[in-house]
Amino acid sequence: MEGDIVQMGAYIGAGLACTGMGGAAVGVGHVVGNYLSGALRNPSAAGGQIATMFIGIAFSEALGIFSFLVALLLMFAV
Amino acid sequence: MATEAQGADSGGLVFHPMDQFIVRPLFGDGAVGLFTLTNVTLWMAIAVAAIFALLVLGTSKRAIVPGRTQSIAELAYDFIRKMVEDVAGKDALPFFPYIMTLFMFIVFANFIGLLPMAYTTTSHIAVTAVLAMLVFLTVTILGFVKHGVGFLGLFWITAAPLPLRPVLALIEVISYFVRPVSHSIRLAGNMMAGHAVIKVFAAFAPMIALSVGVGILVTPLSILAISAIYALEVLVAFIQAYVFTILTCVYLRDALHPHH
Amino acid sequence: MATETHDAVSACLDSGGGAVGMPQLCGDWFGNQIFWLAIALVVLYFILSRIALPRIAAVLAERQGTITNDLAAAEDLKSKAAEAEEAYKQALADAKAEAQKIVAETKASIKKDLDRANEEADAEIKAKTAEGEKKIAEIREGALDAVKEVAKDVTTELVASMGQKADGRSVSAAVNARMKG
Repeated sequence: MEGDIVQMGAYIGAGLACTGMGGAAVGVGHVVGNYLSGALRNPSAAGGQIATMFIGIAFSEALGIFSFLVALLLMFAV
Repeated sequence: MATEAQGADSGGLVFHPMDQFIVRPLFGDGAVGLFTLTNVTLWMAIAVAAIFALLVLGTSKRAIVPGRTQSIAELAYDFIRKMVEDVAGKDALPFFPYIMTLFMFIVFANFIGLLPMAYTTTSHIAVTAVLAMLVFLTVTILGFVKHGVGFLGLFWITAAPLPLRPVLALIEVISYFVRPVSHSIRLAGNMMAGHAVIKVFAAFAPMIALSVGVGILVTPLSILAISAIYALEVLVAFIQAYVFTILTCVYLRDALHPHH
Repeated sequence: MATETHDAVSACLDSGGGAVGMPQLCGDWFGNQIFWLAIALVVLYFILSRIALPRIAAVLAERQGTITNDLAAAEDLKSKAAEAEEAYKQALADAKAEAQKIVAETKASIKKDLDRANEEADAEIKAKTAEGEKKIAEIREGALDAVKEVAKDVTTELVASMGQKADGRSVSAAVNARMKG
């Protein structure tokens, strides 16, 4: 349990950074949910938009990845 | 993780979730140099061999009515070709072998990494960063070769009102240079996180050997969790390869048609 | 970093061979991974672009061609089948007509036979009738003659009994005249 205060700060920061991933989760859920509601309204157009949905997921997920990256950097690289 | 590793000596649960990512020499215990044959070499070779088996040996009969293996090879071919055509456009077809290489390598490395005792090459940022930088450089060079300075129009959004354009340009430039970062870390992060979580649950599994009272509940639960996360990882292994490929196609479209 | 390394072969491994921090961030291993990745990608690219993709493309194109050909052949076969059906119908109609003809012919020939048999029977009947009539006529003739003879004899006897000599010729002439009346 011994350690320095910098390490403690880094670990706490890493934990806080992980909350950003929740935002990415909300974003991804939003994208897929909207895709699904649109697809149910107009199923004939749904097939062509799967690729677009994945691109949207990837973009919103990217921001969650940044928070993940920050957490990793705090844990292991600071 | 080192502190937990020390816990192993005192007879508790053994947590080594990151040890599966260690690069080890195949022969001997020496240091890992640039040309050392390592588990990276082995598992990349296995991936390449598997792709060779599927796409070359599987189609060696050139059957008009395809067999099982040939059907899968053709399915993969059609899948990527359609993706390139639909997302990047018909003039991106010269890059089809390149994108197919990326996709096949990533999807095979992901799936082969899911085998027990296997080493997941795509869980390393070094590997995915090279893949992402290759895409980034290809796209950037292609954009400037095709459009010259006009490629910078990608950042100057003419659809926006004039006062907003410099701000948007700044954001666009930042997001452009962040692309390879998110591109690579998405893949490596997904692979690494899934495998590490499986390992963490695997460390809980032998709880029954330590304490029957707690273990009777924890051991089945952790085995169930391993199975569930493994199933999720099978899905993620494919989806991440798909996302990597489709983003490559999107970037390629930006390079070929920067004014859209 | 959590702990300092001991006598390990790499800064990223602790004395027990476990990972220190994230193996992904260990700079010692970057070169090796990138080197082998580059080799794997180059090999893969050449395998795909030189062998696999052209072959699959050729197979798919060939299949497309075969499908087109097969569709044309199927169209051909379909028209042939239609022709065959037409021919079959024609043959059926012909056969029916033939059968009708044969039935008619057979009927006609049977009728002819029947008619001839009828005719023959009629002729026979006629002949027999004629014969019978002739016989009846002969018998009647015979009977007339006999009556004539009897009448002549009776007349001669009558005349003789009356005391006169009967002339044979006049008696028979008188009887003949009487018979005709």
